[in-house]
Amino acid sequence: MDIENLDEKLSTVKTNPDTQSHLIPDEDSCIRCEEKSCIYVCPASVYKWNTEEKKLIVSYENCLECGACRIACDKQMLVWKYPNASFGITYKQG
Amino acid sequence: MERFMSQENKVDVIVVGAGPSGAAAGITLARAGKKVVIVERGSFAGSKNMFGGAIYEFPTIDLYPNFKEEAPIERVNTQHRYLINDDNSSVSVAYKREDQSTSYTVIRSKWDSWCIDMAIQVGAYFSPKTIVRELIIKEGKVVGIKTDNEEFYCDIVILADGVNSILAKQIGLRKNLNDTEIAIGVKEVIQLPKNVIEERFNLSENTGCITEIAGSPMKGITALGFMYTNKTSVTIGLGVNLDELKKRKITPNELLNKLKKHPAVAPFIKGGELIEYSAHLIPEGGYNAIPKLYADGVMVVGDAAMLVNNIHWEGTNIAMLSGQYAAQTAIEALEIRDFSSNMLSLYERKLKQSSFYKDIKSYKNAVKIVHSNSSSFLKYYPEKINEFFEMFTQSGFIPRACLYRRYIKNFLKDRKISKLLYDILNIIKIFFDAIK
Ligand SMILES: Cc1cc2nc3c(=O)[nH]c(=O)nc-3n(C[C@H](O)[C@H](O)[C@H](O)COP(=O)(O)OP(=O)(O)OC[C@H]3O[C@@H](n4cnc5c(N)ncnc54)[C@H](O)[C@@H]3O)c2cc1C
Ligand code: SF4
Ligand code: SF4
Repeated sequence: MDIENLDEKLSTVKTNPDTQSHLIPDEDSCIRCEEKSCIYVCPASVYKWNTEEKKLIVSYENCLECGACRIACDKQMLVWKYPNASFGITYKQG
Repeated sequence: MERFMSQENKVDVIVVGAGPSGAAAGITLARAGKKVVIVERGSFAGSKNMFGGAIYEFPTIDLYPNFKEEAPIERVNTQHRYLINDDNSSVSVAYKREDQSTSYTVIRSKWDSWCIDMAIQVGAYFSPKTIVRELIIKEGKVVGIKTDNEEFYCDIVILADGVNSILAKQIGLRKNLNDTEIAIGVKEVIQLPKNVIEERFNLSENTGCITEIAGSPMKGITALGFMYTNKTSVTIGLGVNLDELKKRKITPNELLNKLKKHPAVAPFIKGGELIEYSAHLIPEGGYNAIPKLYADGVMVVGDAAMLVNNIHWEGTNIAMLSGQYAAQTAIEALEIRDFSSNMLSLYERKLKQSSFYKDIKSYKNAVKIVHSNSSSFLKYYPEKINEFFEMFTQSGFIPRACLYRRYIKNFLKDRKISKLLYDILNIIKIFFDAIK
């Protein structure tokens, strides 16, 4: 069966999410950011823009720890850390 | 880890990262009897890593002489295919040679673990689930590492922490990366029965096929697709420059979904079951992006030093070689107890002599030229090549001579002569750079 749905794809990755986010965008910068590149470069659609709240929703528990958003952030205002040891993803294939 | 360290928490060398470069550094130092600790953030070596699929005979065999018999190898690659896609068609070129091969598909979680096991066997100490947050610097020299809750000291740190190398940035060896210098790779591992893989890819038992895919659905985008064959799975993925995703407001997963549906690709993975989705960055800047590789008490190896040959998807070979050379340099430095940047520059000099480094240098302009002319090289020409074969294979009422004339006429109509000449000049430039 060919899978297109991202949530189904992400369910194939073994993860152990921490209780706190390792991805912290600067909220003020996000409001002023027009491009919102973090949304497009992310392979796991971790970032979604909430227009009502004018806020970036960060589903950090889906993060594949690639680092694309860190480099692409238009304002360079995204605090990006590796998740704490023994948290995050474990690839069995890779 | 404390027990392995001496009383003042000190060893000869700390290697940060247990990928191909870190394992190579670790095993080389341990074989020479040096006290070396390899620190890895994942729960085992390879647990955070992903790549396309192939490792190479050289320098693997120098580091692990027993790898062909004992390492977890999936298949020996005897076939290379290149697909040049238009939206509904594809032109492919295949090269096959059964009796000679220098590349092998592996699964990173198994391969990286095996390499680290080999290093442990000769005396290296391995510390998984340990994140290095910072380097310790005293009087301008790197003298150790800081983890979440401890500090460890050493004479030399080897940074093998991969493409994101936050540590190389901390000490100023790397600048902020630009989004044209980095691509993101996304991939799916799709399980299929062994015999089905061998039939679909025209393989004999245990041999494998590397497929590279240009053009549709990545038409005009600086991106390349790939497929590799494992024993009982096929990996399909693509690498795409970050600036392209930003510009086109498309996600890498969306592109991958399209690639899987392309008529030239879909039959290879049909009916298979997705067993893992993954993503990882690829240094894409080539020669111009390579930073200075050493400073007082520290050397940078592998992806952390942006050492990747993008044209051939090769990174593990120069990762291993750079790890090995940095370790050899460390061994010499430990003999005379000189850890200055002057002494460690020997590593860079050694690496510059290697064929892998020279290859990256030869392609210095290639990636840039293709990237800045992607509408030509990755859209127009793939389309024209496909149109040529469409015309060539068609049998109908119009005489072929007439079709040929029309093709040439269209070619010249669609493209100004000056643009054609410009593209030809660029191809010549890439070619001469490569043989220089
Ligand atoms: C999609 C894709 C396809 C590729 N295909 C191929 C191919 O077919 N053939 C090929 O030769 N190359 C390929 N490459 C390139 C290749 O994977 C890399 O060049 C190679 O893995 C680099 O090895 P490395 O040891 O330098 O870094 P990595 O393999 O990235 O290892 C770095 C290690 O350091 C650890 N680490 C990072 N930071 C810290 C820290 N602060 N503390 C502790 N540990 C840390 C990481 O967890 C990781 O284990 C591909 C890459 C990608 C992304
Ligand atoms: S790109 Fe950076 S600044 Fe813009 S929305 Fe994303 S995190 Fe915020
Ligand atoms: S690190 Fe990668 S997977 Fe995680 S949020 Fe950033 S882009 Fe998405």
